[in-house]
Parts: sequence; C-alpha cells; structure tokens
Amino acid sequence: MTSLRLYSEALFRGNLHAKEETIVERMLADQNKSFLRFLTCGSVDDGKSTLIGRLLFESQRIYEDQLVTLESDSRRFGTTGDEIDYALLVDGLDDERQQGITIDVAYRFFTTSVRAFMVADTPGHEQYTRNMATGASNSDVAILLIDARKGVLPQTKRHAVICSLLGIRHIVLAVNKIDLVGYDRAIFDQIVADFSSFASQLSFASIMPIPISARYGDNVVTPSDNISWYQGVTLLRYLETIDIKSHHEAAPFRMAVQWVNRPNLDFRGYSGTVASGAVTVGDKIAVAESGRASTVKSLVTFDGNLDQARAGEAVTITLTDEVDIARGDVLCPPDDRPSVADQFSAHLLWMSEDALLPGRQYLLRVGMRLVPATITSIKHKLDIERFEHLAATQLSMNEIAVCNLSTASPIAFDAYKDNPETGGFILIDRFTNATVAVGMIDFALRRATNIHQQHTTVDQEARARIKSQKPCVLWFTGLSGSGKSSISDVVEKRLHARGYHTYGLDGDNVRHGLNRDLGFTDADRVENVRRIGEVSRLFVDAGLIVLCSFISPFEAERRMIRERMKEDEFIEIFVDTPIEECMRRDPKGLYAKAQRGEIKNFTGFDSPYETPSAPELHLRTTGKSAEELADEVLGYLRMKSIAI
Amino acid sequence: MLSEHLKRLEAESIYIIREVAAEFRNPVMLYSIGKDSGVMLHLAMKAFYPSKPPFPLLHVDTTWKFRDMITFRDNLAASLGLELIVHVNQEGIDRGINPFDSGSSLHTRVMKTEGLKQALDKYGFDAAFGGARRDEEKSRAKERIFSFRGANHGWDPKNQRPELWRLYNTRVHQNESIRVFPLSNWTELDIWLYTLAENIPIVPLYLAAERPVVRRGESLIMVDDERMRLNDGERPVMKKVRFRSLGCYPLSGAVKSDADTVEAVVQEMMTTRTSERQGRLIDTDEAASMERKKREGYF
Repeated sequence: MTSLRLYSEALFRGNLHAKEETIVERMLADQNKSFLRFLTCGSVDDGKSTLIGRLLFESQRIYEDQLVTLESDSRRFGTTGDEIDYALLVDGLDDERQQGITIDVAYRFFTTSVRAFMVADTPGHEQYTRNMATGASNSDVAILLIDARKGVLPQTKRHAVICSLLGIRHIVLAVNKIDLVGYDRAIFDQIVADFSSFASQLSFASIMPIPISARYGDNVVTPSDNISWYQGVTLLRYLETIDIKSHHEAAPFRMAVQWVNRPNLDFRGYSGTVASGAVTVGDKIAVAESGRASTVKSLVTFDGNLDQARAGEAVTITLTDEVDIARGDVLCPPDDRPSVADQFSAHLLWMSEDALLPGRQYLLRVGMRLVPATITSIKHKLDIERFEHLAATQLSMNEIAVCNLSTASPIAFDAYKDNPETGGFILIDRFTNATVAVGMIDFALRRATNIHQQHTTVDQEARARIKSQKPCVLWFTGLSGSGKSSISDVVEKRLHARGYHTYGLDGDNVRHGLNRDLGFTDADRVENVRRIGEVSRLFVDAGLIVLCSFISPFEAERRMIRERMKEDEFIEIFVDTPIEECMRRDPKGLYAKAQRGEIKNFTGFDSPYETPSAPELHLRTTGKSAEELADEVLGYLRMKSIAI
Repeated sequence: MLSEHLKRLEAESIYIIREVAAEFRNPVMLYSIGKDSGVMLHLAMKAFYPSKPPFPLLHVDTTWKFRDMITFRDNLAASLGLELIVHVNQEGIDRGINPFDSGSSLHTRVMKTEGLKQALDKYGFDAAFGGARRDEEKSRAKERIFSFRGANHGWDPKNQRPELWRLYNTRVHQNESIRVFPLSNWTELDIWLYTLAENIPIVPLYLAAERPVVRRGESLIMVDDERMRLNDGERPVMKKVRFRSLGCYPLSGAVKSDADTVEAVVQEMMTTRTSERQGRLIDTDEAASMERKKREGYF
C-alpha cells in the first residue's frame, strides 16, 4: 500500500499510474466492457420490479445475506405466496413494501461477462410519471413491460410516448406473465400488432418483442422450453448485444462552462464536461452567447494535459486570449454554433400538482444556465391515447404539450433531437424550488433572433425583469391607528419571503429625513404626500414593489399620485376602521393628546378624512387580524398576477 | 490506466463535485475516513486541479472510531493541505452515550446523526457531500444524487425532486440544504478497482492482519482499546481479519481474511458472497432501518 507521503507527492506530481501490470490490471482491462443504461417501464403490476429482481438474481448480484433478508421479506410482504418475491429486492421504501408498488425510481447495477448495466426501475402509476421520465432521461434503451393478460394499456402508451419524446431509440416490448396465458402465441402476436400500430407514430429506431415470465425466468436469461414458438434472443442477450451508437456522436463540439478555475493570477481555466463532439489544442472556439472567439491553448486535467478531449470527459480549458467567460457560457466551434435566442418552441412534460399557467414566471435550467422564463402560450396538448392535438389554457400534472417559451435573457441551445445535452431543460418553481417540468427544445422562434440585440437600454421593464416582478405601489390609506402599518408590515414580510424586492415607506422613515422640514398644516400635508408619491414613482421605476402607509386624507393627492403612474401600478388600499375603534386602540397615544388639545389638525378630529371613492381594495378591519387582512391584499395581488 | 468504465464514473463524479462548488454558498465534504471517502476526496482533488477543492472536510467523530482511522485522517488532511473540521457531539458525551450502554441505534442517532446536524447548523453549510452509493442498500438505490433536505435535515422519500439528465436543481431556501452523493453510481467493486488503479491510500484496517478480536453473535469485534467491555472470562484472541467497512469499532464486524494487499482484496471481492453491510451492526435492527435513519437526517 502507498504511504500517505508518497500519495500526496504523486498527487501533486500527477503520476499515479507508474505501476507494472498485475493480475488486477487484467481485471481492470476486463472492465473495458461497454456500458448500457436501460429502464423498465409500463403499467402498474406488469412486473417491472420482479423482472429486475430476476436479472439481479440471475446475474448473481445478490449476496447471501441479502438472499436471507429476501426470504424473510417475501414471507412478510411478498405477493407470491411461498415463493420468493424478487420485486422486494428493488422496492426499498417502507411505503413501497407495504403497498406492494414502486413509487420512486431505483437505480441498480449488474455486470455480465459482456457488458456493465445500470438499470432504472421506474413506477407504473400515473401519479408517479415524473419519476418514470427521470429514469428515461438517463437511459439508452427501454424495456416496456406488458401484462399478457391485459394487453396494451393507456399507461403503456403514455410511457412509450415519454420514451420517444426523451429520445430513447430502442424499445424492448417485454410481454410478461406469458405463463398465465398458457404461453399462447396468438395473444403475444396480437399484443405486438396492437403496439406496433400505435408506435408507428413514434420515433423508435427499433422495437424488439420478447415473450417472458419474470417470475419463472422464461426468456429472461435462459431460453424457455415453454415457448418453443419463439426463436429469438433472450432479454439479457438482447441487452448485451444491442448497438446503442447514436447519431449524436457526430454532434459538433459543445461545452458549457461549469466553474471558472483561478488558483492564482497566472492561471485562468474554464472547467466543464465536454457535452458533445471533441476539442483539440489549437482549435478556434467561440462563446455562443457573446460571439467572442479565441483559441484553445491547453486542455488541463489532473492526470496531465490532453491533446484532445471528447464527449463525456471532464477537463479545464485554457485559452490564448483574455476573454470574459463565466459559468453558463457555451463554448462551440465558430463555424458551427448553437442557436442563441430568448424565444423558442418546446415539448413540455408537466410534473407538478400545481397547474402550469401561461404568463407565470419559472426558472429555466439548460446546460449550466439558469434564467427566468415564461410559457407564453400552450400551442396544444397531446391526447396520448388517440394521439390528437387538443387546445389548452393550462396544463395539469403528467400532461404533455407543445409550448412557446420566452426567457429573460437569450440562451444558447440546440434542438433536443440533434443534441440532448444542449436541448433538454427543466423548469423550477421560483417559490417552492420544486422541479415542475421537463422540456425538450424543438426550435428557436424567428421573431426572437432580432429582439435580444435591442435589449440594451436599461429601462423600468429591464430592471423589473431581472427582479422577475411587476413593480407597483400599494398605497394604504386610513385614519391614524386604523392598522395600515401593521397590515403593510405583514404583506411586506410575506412578499419578501417569496423573493420579491420591496420597500416600505411610512411616517417614521420619511418624516425624519426627506420631509423633516414639513409640519402638519394642510399645505404641508399635501406637500408631504406629493414627495412620497414622487419617491414611490422612482422606486417603481427601479422595479420595486413599494408599500406606503400614510393617512393621506385627501382624495386629490391620492389621485395626483395615481395619475403620475402607469395604469395598474397604483393600488389604493382603504384601511377602513371606525374612528371609535381607532381611538380605543390609539397605539401612539395621539387621540388622547388631540382630545387634550395638545395636537392640532388631527385627522378625524379637527381635520377631515376624505373616504376613497373607488379604492382597488377596501379592507373592513373590524373583527379581523392583520394577518387575515394581509391575506386579502395578497389575494388581490395574486388575482392581478403581481405576486404569487 | 483506468478502464473505460472507471473513467466514465470518474468524469461523472467530477462533474457533480464541480457543480456543487459552483452553485452553493458554503459546501462541505463529509469525510468518514473510509474507502469511499478516500475515493471521493481523490476525485475532489482532481476536479479542481490546479486549484484545491474550495471547501473544507468535515468529520463527525463519535469518539469510538478505530485509533488507526484518526491517525490516518489527520495525516491525510495535513499532507494534502486541506482544512479539516472535526465535530464531536459534546452533549452526547455529557449524557454518557456510548455503544455499550446506549445500544447501537441510540449511539448512532446521537453521536452520528445528531452530531452531523449540529455541525451542519453550526457552520451553516448549505451543501454536504457524502460518499454513499446506490448499490449499498435498497433505500439508497432510491436516493437522488442531489438529495434535498428540509430545515430539520430530514429526508422525505416521497417528495424527491425529479433528476432529469444531468440538470440538477440546486435551489434551496434559507436553512434548507442538499446532500450530494457523487459516488451514487459506483459499486463496491468499482471503488476497490479505482483505489487500486489510482494508488489511493486506505486505512490499514481494510487489509488483513493479526488483530485481537472477540466473538459477539455472528460478528468478530476488534478490541481496539481498553474501553471495550469484555464479558466474564472473555479473552481477546488473535485472528487474521480485515474490515469491509469501518465505523465505530465496537459496532464494526471483521471478516476472516488473508487479503493483505489491495490486489488481494479485489480478488476476494470478486468471489465474495456477502454484502459489505453485513459487517455493520447498525443496519440489522429491522428492515428499512436505513430509510428511517435518513428521514431523521442520517447521511
């Protein structure tokens, strides 16, 4: 064994491999076998987990102690009587074992003498479709199981469509439980015919039908004596031999910068994984988004510099020029660039229980880039069973649609069908941070290509866009002690918690500074409100949501401020509390002072309050808490799509 | 040279490790001194070269680790020039928690799970790397590479974020965090072959040697120091043993073995018929106990 000192020296020298060939070197060479990622999918109870359990068992990836556990689990949870329930090898969650179903995708590994495999076991229930899509995104081949007794089910079709959308090209149609239909060839042929006619509309390169029994092992690893009419390969043999080379291997060089590597002033490298194609020292490259160009100076790795890096390799690229490059930028050949646009068309699979609403803003992640994005329109959704296009105004969980999207800034991408690495994206909910959709980009919208160059002026819209919000003023008006500040406070806290940029203006922070020269005469009150209005207007221009809590007793000034703003930007909220109640609360002791004659011109006492004639929101506060009233305000903002 | 398979795994892990450094405010790498941690740390050294990993290492010390592990840990961190944070749950020590009187599951919960949560809160880490692999255990096979944890560090298996392609959702709110498993798709054999091919040093306990052990049920427990409680008349006997996984010494079962080189361990691995978790006493409590521990905040 290496000593620590030798290890750290070798680490820093970068020569870890100065070693003679040993028996283990030959074992390592044995590992040069190819690697296949596949998933099992299909409707619930079609036997996916059982099939994987069987594959693991037959390829001897089950250890003795696991087998002992399996036997005891089979007695406790099993659904196969006295026999071993192979599904329990993969269904590992408490709920799964108790309900006898698969909920989440599980990844398992096994190796034969020919290939190493990673298998994603995915759930069949419709409500867990997103977990099935997850498995499909990480697979080269899909085994679609069908219960021979039930034939092609809606969920079979749904999974086939998702596999096709995600670009899986090879499908095994595993007609399972063939033992339960007496190994009947006619049933098998009928299922294959049904599926083939459906799948002709999808984009699979090959479909391989195999009759199997996962429970008894027929045609899984060894050919079945019970199915003499089937002369084809077993499932495992198929998985060992299927050629998964794809047309993507010819895709041009792409690498999204993942991390800027700057150990010291003399080294500046761009770390990332080559997404597609290859890059060679001396190659000219461009930054897709900015168009800036340079030449590859070196390809640095811990194990020494490379002459060339190919798809899948993690490297650090240095360039001959000082170019401004940041995380997210896509490096590409100058003469073969990806699209750069802020509007595009895509297929979307919605994965959230909250419906997709066009116009609502999400975060879009493509490559290393994260940008705010909006679905501008749903062109149509897909009726999977009939393969029809349906009109839609929103999208529910597990629905698939073709949509137009718009991003806050231009992004670099390729069509998913040309390059899955640069054409796939996810959408993230800005408030819950949940992953709510998976998308495959089809093409850039032509109108987008001309737009982004004009986006250089920094105006209110641009400022609001990077804050991802719609700026406005919430103007709380009402008597002293009516509860304006308390309600405004709660509203501001909730908005802030949801990621909105706010600013609260009230007597405390305005009277002591900006308006310290003003008193409480009617004229000063008017000037006070005018200045606050102007400050609010500037803040709205800066892209903020401004919360103003002022008695602002006169209709005229409130109207003046309203007219200084764009429509919809001024939201007047009348905090309506009877004066008796305000006097009872009297939080600052002001009514008491007014009654003693210590304050002059006190609104509602010896100065009038003009009730708003048409406020956007009229809060009747009697019997309600500040929280309940804040809910009313937030409800209004939600209705107006200002804040969610 | 590395096989194509190991190269693929290596590149995938480096991608994941870089992603965390780029996306999180304050990440940390859990370093448990085991073979998986060794590989993970090695990959981190590679990922940022010529920079050093831009995060510290954290070891949650239960105070019952093998003495060889602690020596190894301190020497390795020093020779690589990395910051190492060692956290002990002092509250647990004060309460007298230990593997003998408290039992394995309470000891693990207080000294490991609680200790880990304390350390993550104390330093405000928003992402923590762990060396867990999907092939270790059934509930692990269901875990994401980026595993979201709520404000109390708990894992909600029914509410995991879908993980499409390599597009990881790294968004967390204040007080929430992510556990990241760069070795998710490695198998135990991959770890050993990589350790061998890359000459990664390991704690000597992984290799067979004559060691003083006592038999407890099905397990051979090594008497690592004077705190080991011996039964009446019980005397440690010298046996040639090694460990397939390392933890608290009173809770780690040794296996009889002659594999005293990494090469021999790999050969043994290729013919073995039991899983490495068999030696870990903490897993035997009941089915799905790992899931329960993870819900409580275990790695």
